[in-house]
Amino acid sequence: MEEKKSQLRAERVKMREQDPLIRKKNYLEVPLGYSEEEAVREAKRCLQCKKPLCVDGCPVNIKIPQFIALIAEGKFAEAAVKIKETNALPAVCGRVCPQEEQCEIKCVLGKKGSSIAIGNLERFAADYERENGKVAVPEMKPSNGKRVAVVGSGPAGLTVAGELTREGFSVTIFEALHLAGGVLVYGIPEFRLPKEIVRKEIAYLEKLGVTIVRNFIVGRTATIDDLFKEEGFHAVFIGSGAGLPVFMNIPGENHIGVYSANEYLTRCNLMKAYKEDSHTPILRGKRVVTVGGGNVAMDSARSALRLGADESIIVYRRSRDEMPARKAEIHHAEEEGIVFNLLCNPVSIGANEKGFVNKIQCIQMELGEPDESGRRRPVPKKDSSFDIACDVVIIAIGNKPNPLIKDTTPDIQITKWGTIQADEKDLRTSKKYVYAGGDIVTGAATVILAMGAGRTAAQTIKKDLLG
Amino acid sequence: MNTIIKKERLSEQVLRYRIRSPKIAAKRKAGQFIILRADEDGERIPLTIANANPSEGWIEIIFQIAGHGTKDLAALNEGSKVPDIAGPLGRPTHIAKYGRCICIGGGVGVAPLFPIVKALKESDNDVTVVIGARSEKLIILEEDMKLFSNHLHIATDDGSRGTHGFVSDVFNTLWDKGERYDFAVVIGPPVMMKVTSTLTVKQGIKTFVSLNPIMIDGTGMCGGCRVTVFGETKFGCVDGPEFDASGIDWDEMIRRLGAYRDFEHNYTHTHQCKILEQETPRSKK
Repeated sequence: MEEKKSQLRAERVKMREQDPLIRKKNYLEVPLGYSEEEAVREAKRCLQCKKPLCVDGCPVNIKIPQFIALIAEGKFAEAAVKIKETNALPAVCGRVCPQEEQCEIKCVLGKKGSSIAIGNLERFAADYERENGKVAVPEMKPSNGKRVAVVGSGPAGLTVAGELTREGFSVTIFEALHLAGGVLVYGIPEFRLPKEIVRKEIAYLEKLGVTIVRNFIVGRTATIDDLFKEEGFHAVFIGSGAGLPVFMNIPGENHIGVYSANEYLTRCNLMKAYKEDSHTPILRGKRVVTVGGGNVAMDSARSALRLGADESIIVYRRSRDEMPARKAEIHHAEEEGIVFNLLCNPVSIGANEKGFVNKIQCIQMELGEPDESGRRRPVPKKDSSFDIACDVVIIAIGNKPNPLIKDTTPDIQITKWGTIQADEKDLRTSKKYVYAGGDIVTGAATVILAMGAGRTAAQTIKKDLLG
Repeated sequence: MNTIIKKERLSEQVLRYRIRSPKIAAKRKAGQFIILRADEDGERIPLTIANANPSEGWIEIIFQIAGHGTKDLAALNEGSKVPDIAGPLGRPTHIAKYGRCICIGGGVGVAPLFPIVKALKESDNDVTVVIGARSEKLIILEEDMKLFSNHLHIATDDGSRGTHGFVSDVFNTLWDKGERYDFAVVIGPPVMMKVTSTLTVKQGIKTFVSLNPIMIDGTGMCGGCRVTVFGETKFGCVDGPEFDASGIDWDEMIRRLGAYRDFEHNYTHTHQCKILEQETPRSKK
């Protein structure tokens, strides 16, 4: 009895992390991964519940207790295979999923002790498989002669491709940029998701037979109708993402040195502007202000530090509790010395005679009545404006769906927010044999939700094309 | 695909490449551009498609050697492949039968002007072309323009050819002589576009310019190419690159073009080894 009680109260095995003062100047990952011993120890804490609540919390219902049991037995590669039955990119999800809001929050151990570190274990299994060259090739069904076009090589598109290629479909992904991965390569920084991992995951898909055509913009190089009529595809999945930056429309937003987070991160991550000998420039501000409170804002502010900023400041109009960013990322940002100016909203941006940003004028806010999102609406405090001196401003207040597909596909129905209308259950759009999922349907959300949509769409496509 | 079929020098700093690109050649319309990378680590740069042949499957670009991207591009040769080419991007020029058109090009801006001139002529317009450069040696595409224009005028800053002066001087002279136009297109260096279009707009001529803001992705995803037109923020890559000249905040656009001048300047100096200045993380026990 005593042993059981102590097991219930035991602390989770902490994952070692890089020291903040060191890591804020490098692009290496912050968490350093579990050793085999640590992983087994943590896996053994799992109670293997008969009715696992964690599985319900997972947007793709990964068989969590089963993969954890395999780790506990030392069968690490098998654990990775188990995860891949439902999640095509565990190395990615183990790093970027907000597990603390999904599976881990449901863990019964969390009530009185600490929940199982499901995310850490997922990451461990995926890394083990990759690092030890034990990536298994799954069972592939024979070719069924049906061709599917996937628009976008982000998490949704990659997942659809992975699922359908195993089912015998001939899949081609069309990617507008020169590298595949979507937000995994341009948005999420190197220090949160090493690009080498994304490259290997994509290479794995190509090994399974997926064709990836880069530098191909669906909507311009070919329209969706062209894909059917001229290229002979039988179905099209749209996973083009939420790639349209939102600006505040305040005075001074077009001064030199004001970036959308998309531009800042694309220069830094995709184009590797963080490298000294990079051909792509980026303004390395000494005092950088990032406006916003989500994961993208945290990524931007932390990237600024690594690009050499002496000070990196977040300006957010609500309070810390309302910040949509992962608690872990807010925590990492705080550890690295990022200054949080909360309950603070920009009013205008100032520049010097040459047109380069030199300050951002803000006003203090206080929380009033709740708005449509259910959070208390921030209201400006009278006579409370003040200036923050800075030389780079990053606007990270959200992203909307990129309109290129909707503008060039007149017969596809869109919502009033510019997202593509897709049935919640099966992801069919108003256009026959055209499906959509991920941010282009939901608006900016998470990698795991996009992957879940990819799975759903793949199942619908299989049903519609094979009967 | 992406192989350079033909490489020509049009003037000391200006090159023309014919590149095998069947899909882009088939889809492209006048006014559209491509984004390319000349090197595996290269910068993404936009260049207007100066010409294309869908049946033969090629496109042509004309560029001036200015910074990293164009320098690397100039180093490629016939038979080499351009690593990355994406397109066609941007909204095509709105070509119609306007009546009398005047098309004014400055320097290497004559290259993006050419496909528009061709399309306007092929749509039954009376087309006057004015091309200018600093001196005679820098005039490009004169023969190509002659084929597709009703009247061709040349201006050089140093007077080595044609009118001694700017393209704007040529426009003023034509206007004073009583020449009238229904539609104008002005393409060239930003200050030239600002000055010249201000004149045509003043005379009440509907004028379009093709802007060349700094771009990264070219698909509307980052906002780096934003310009203010009639008080609203527009993206050069998806709303443009052509805009009604009368609404453009020229000063803001010109200022933003200078964002990376220091960076470009540093590139032209010798590389300084910094390897000893790099910090490597040490693991702590």
